[in-house]
Amino acid sequence: MDTQQILINLAAILAGAAPLIFATMGETITERAGVVNLSLDGKMLLSAMTGFAVGVHTQNVLLGFVAAAGVGMLVALVLCFVSLGLRLSQTAVGFVLALLCTDLSSFLGNSYVRVPGVAVPAMPIPVLQDLPILGKILFQHDLLIYASFLLVPLVWWFLFRTRAGLTLRALGERPTTAYARGVPVLPLQLFYVLLGGALVGIAGAAYTLDLKQGWSYRHIAGTGWIALAIVIFGGWNPWRVAFGCYLFGALQIFATRSQNLLPNIPTQIFQVAPFALMILILVLVNAGSNPTLQRWIEQLPAPLSKPVQQVLARLNTAAPAALGQPFRRP
Amino acid sequence: MDVQIRNLTKTFGSLRANDAISLSFAAGNIHGILGENGAGKSTLMKLLAGFLQRDSGEVLLDGQPASLHNPAASLAAGVGMVHQDPMDVPAFSALENFFCASPRSALPSLAVARQRLTQLNQQFGFTVAPDQPLARLTVGQRQQLEIMRLLACGVKVLILDEPTTGITAAQKTALFAALRRLTAQGETVLFVSHKLDEVADLCQTVSILRSGRVVGAQLPMPQPQAELLKLMFGQAGAPAPPRQAAAPPAPASAVPVWQLHQITVREGALSVPNLTLSLPRGCVVGLCGLDGSGQQLLLRLLAGRLHPERGRLLLHGTDVTRAPYRAFRAAGVEYLPADRMHDGVIGAMTLTEHLLLTSEQHGLIINRADARTQAETAIAAYNIKATPDTPLVSLSGGNQQRAMLALLSAECTGLLFDQPTRSLDVVSARAIWQRLLHRRAAGTTIVFASADFDELLAYSDLLLVFFAGRVSRLLPCPTMTAARLAELIGGVGFAEVAAHGG
Amino acid sequence: MADKPTTEAVPEALPAPAALRALALPAAHLLTSAGIIIGGTLLFTTLVLLASGTSPLEAYRLILSGAFRNPRTIADLIMLTAPLLLCSAGLTLTFSAGLYNLGIEGQIVIGAVLAMVPLRLLPDLPPPMLWLLALSAGAIGGMLWALLVGVLRLSTNVNEIFAGLGLNFIAIGITLYLVFGPWKRPGVASMSGTEPLPEALWLPTLAGIRLAPLAPIIALIGMGVVWFALTRTHWGLEIRAAGLNLAAAERLGVPAHARLFQSLAGCGALAGLAGALQILAVYHALIPNISSGIGFLALLVVLLVRSNPVWVLPVAILFASFSIGSIQLPLQLGIDSSIAGVLQGTLVLFALIAQGVRGRG
Repeated sequence: MDTQQILINLAAILAGAAPLIFATMGETITERAGVVNLSLDGKMLLSAMTGFAVGVHTQNVLLGFVAAAGVGMLVALVLCFVSLGLRLSQTAVGFVLALLCTDLSSFLGNSYVRVPGVAVPAMPIPVLQDLPILGKILFQHDLLIYASFLLVPLVWWFLFRTRAGLTLRALGERPTTAYARGVPVLPLQLFYVLLGGALVGIAGAAYTLDLKQGWSYRHIAGTGWIALAIVIFGGWNPWRVAFGCYLFGALQIFATRSQNLLPNIPTQIFQVAPFALMILILVLVNAGSNPTLQRWIEQLPAPLSKPVQQVLARLNTAAPAALGQPFRRP
Repeated sequence: MDVQIRNLTKTFGSLRANDAISLSFAAGNIHGILGENGAGKSTLMKLLAGFLQRDSGEVLLDGQPASLHNPAASLAAGVGMVHQDPMDVPAFSALENFFCASPRSALPSLAVARQRLTQLNQQFGFTVAPDQPLARLTVGQRQQLEIMRLLACGVKVLILDEPTTGITAAQKTALFAALRRLTAQGETVLFVSHKLDEVADLCQTVSILRSGRVVGAQLPMPQPQAELLKLMFGQAGAPAPPRQAAAPPAPASAVPVWQLHQITVREGALSVPNLTLSLPRGCVVGLCGLDGSGQQLLLRLLAGRLHPERGRLLLHGTDVTRAPYRAFRAAGVEYLPADRMHDGVIGAMTLTEHLLLTSEQHGLIINRADARTQAETAIAAYNIKATPDTPLVSLSGGNQQRAMLALLSAECTGLLFDQPTRSLDVVSARAIWQRLLHRRAAGTTIVFASADFDELLAYSDLLLVFFAGRVSRLLPCPTMTAARLAELIGGVGFAEVAAHGG
Repeated sequence: MADKPTTEAVPEALPAPAALRALALPAAHLLTSAGIIIGGTLLFTTLVLLASGTSPLEAYRLILSGAFRNPRTIADLIMLTAPLLLCSAGLTLTFSAGLYNLGIEGQIVIGAVLAMVPLRLLPDLPPPMLWLLALSAGAIGGMLWALLVGVLRLSTNVNEIFAGLGLNFIAIGITLYLVFGPWKRPGVASMSGTEPLPEALWLPTLAGIRLAPLAPIIALIGMGVVWFALTRTHWGLEIRAAGLNLAAAERLGVPAHARLFQSLAGCGALAGLAGALQILAVYHALIPNISSGIGFLALLVVLLVRSNPVWVLPVAILFASFSIGSIQLPLQLGIDSSIAGVLQGTLVLFALIAQGVRGRG
């Protein structure tokens, strides 16, 4: 691989991970507010389909994204009604919604399969695109991908540097405390879950209107589950979550490229590799809190065990303490 | 700010927690609210703070009707409450907690919040470092933080619910000084307690609740103690727990229940190093110390739920250092945790089902009829207010505690009990101890942790004091006084009683 | 004292209205619930059908009656219900243990893969023996795959949902590898799967239709065993205890971790059995889509019946009939058959809502 190829690959990783960034940032916000939205996988498919269909009919990309965000919010609203309003298991509702939305996308998207549609236009940034190295990697994309670059610091800043972000995190840590301090817990949770839903919706449309430019049955099935796992890997911290997205993007690029480079290895290995890696990463992330694994590590030779322990301790981040537990007004 | 309460009523199901309460509190004073556990003090305060919603009645602040239908409304009206279990966010730093959900007008930015926190710390002689994670603060410091936060938010009526539970003597002194200073500034302080001496020390008036009703309204202090006790507990008067007769000394030849040889036990940041002691048969050992000084580590070590890092642990003379919890259970050791619903019992299951789960000999197929009969027997024997088919979660605290005792095996030789009577009323607490002493008489050794000095002194044969991860030697209870215990817990003169390592 | 007679009289007066109320309340609840579930589902799916430009009445007619059109469709219905029942029975075990076994799809797949092994290696054994071997291999395969979830969850603390989903994808990867690699058809490899088994190895069917009676019999036995274990044995009680409160169950002396493992193992074995039946009685070959989404469908069934094993059978038949009925939709109405999934998902969603509304009332 020459330098040129490396640059192209790097740019492809950044672009390929953009939808994941939107989805994971949406889910990070949702989970920081104390709600697990397990419906990601189906929701992304449904909004991908809707965004694409609206784009086809209106010939307007923006309207496509608006519709997709709307679908994301609508599904999030259903989740909120059942899990926050009626206080049923968020896992159960999320899972049902994931399946339901997947089938809905297949059923309603029937007539849009492999239809030509609209796409986000490329928009290299003048001047910056000519920068050596960085220009190629960062500045020859389109608006959506630039937005994904900005989204990560924005979400981080909001969560960790603003008054509203502090309140948001309190909702996920101990909603009763927030309530005792006069915060309207349920309306705020609803708001953030809807916001997260909108971002996930945009993520879905990012596939059909940008990255893959077209719709077919279940073509991004599995992505939503990966996104959920990346949020855990990232310890609910936007920077680390983004790192997870790019790591995953790199793996995908590597997989497609390697198929040509290493033809002897069956292609299925590469298709499955991300999921195997997902499990492995979750094992590592949880290793810090696992006594059995800790004992193994302690038995490693001293120069090895110390750094391993430190890395694992850093990886291990506690979930928001009240994640998944519906708030009940005292 | 003057507070007037008129006919305030709050019911939980069939329980009238507050029954037509009418009281009034003048501004610039500290008002004590006395009552035994379950008298309705906390409910009343939570109604004022908007944390609970009243069924009927009204509250006037400075003569104006106030809505107080949620905490936001109460805070806006100037009423703030420090809950018994401080309402804060353990994952945040002290400063973040101070800043979280504060009104923008009071604390416009984090920088201002930092200044204000430092300033309030100085003003009241409190010791909360802004960047300290909350998990590293003591209960007393978390309470200080809450008080400062409420003051920064402009609260005019400050409610404190049992603020002296779990704090050091020094913190208590600082707290009382701060409260007196606040009233000098015109704040109204409502001080909820069940401890007479504290109310006598601090308050200008006292109001007494019993079973959800007012039995004494803003009586000026001082009042004769006997009078207050009569109001709190009715004609029966105060139950002074009789000092229990000491256990007959075990024969010297008998094998101790537990023997610890140079044991170090650790969990997270907390560790208890180099512990050597032996606990004889048929005695009650009380563990005392500030919250999180290592009492729970020892309890769980003795129960086999936590393994020592170093050292040897013998149970009835057998080495169980690395044995699983099951082996401890098989040897007759049982552990009763403080949080019943967390890891004590299975809330959704009934007493019958619990008896099925704990029955030692059973076949493949369950015998429900048999277990029901057992449950009925247990309900009668332990005076549990339930049917065999009531899910335990719907029982009251005292009944849950008795149910947990009813599940103990008859062959229990070692019982580890974390906070046996926390949040129970006096009668329930006595009933629990009656059972426990009965077990002791049968030869069971009981080790319990408690924050209540009276309980520790009344029921223990031997005491172990924990201070900052260090443990005293076994101290005979009859030579101990509450004052001395308080000093030891705070580390005063601890070196004299400290166990000599090795 | 004067009050005493009246207070004693009250219980005398109570029984009749109390008994009536006790009867009337569940009935009213049942009506409300049924109203929410049926009304909500009909409203939503009708809107969806209208949005796609289909006549809802025609679509409902086909979906509801399609499965009962003729003996062949009824045979298909039974052959779908059988593995669905096995998986649902398995999932009542894991749900009782408080686990979301989303890895059930992979457990079916690995069960099918392992069932293929004796069939390919020892085709000359007498068929009944081979069937027994294949079914056992399937059960063991599913069990091992489920235990992997258990190890990940209980030893390394990885949420069983993500462990299961990841393992699903890996199981499908293994199948694809086999179908396109070592087990590919002579000549061309394709998505249509491996070379079909010799007909002698198929589970015997009734004359003329594709109904292999052994499959529903195995399924009913599996369901019966699970029901008995959960409601009548100590083992089942301990599984429920571990599922409700792991820490408390352990404290009370229940080997809670072992019970969680065992519930997963049981579920995996039943799912693997379903996978083996897919090979022996339905597809007669290993195909990439060997699970046909039965595992997730079973999750919906169990979410709908709330781990109450009694209701598993009717709901499983109902859901299977939707799936079978909708197969002809593309041909007859030109719409996608995934409407069956929409219908099933919506039913469960509204069942959850109804349950929530009841819980609040």
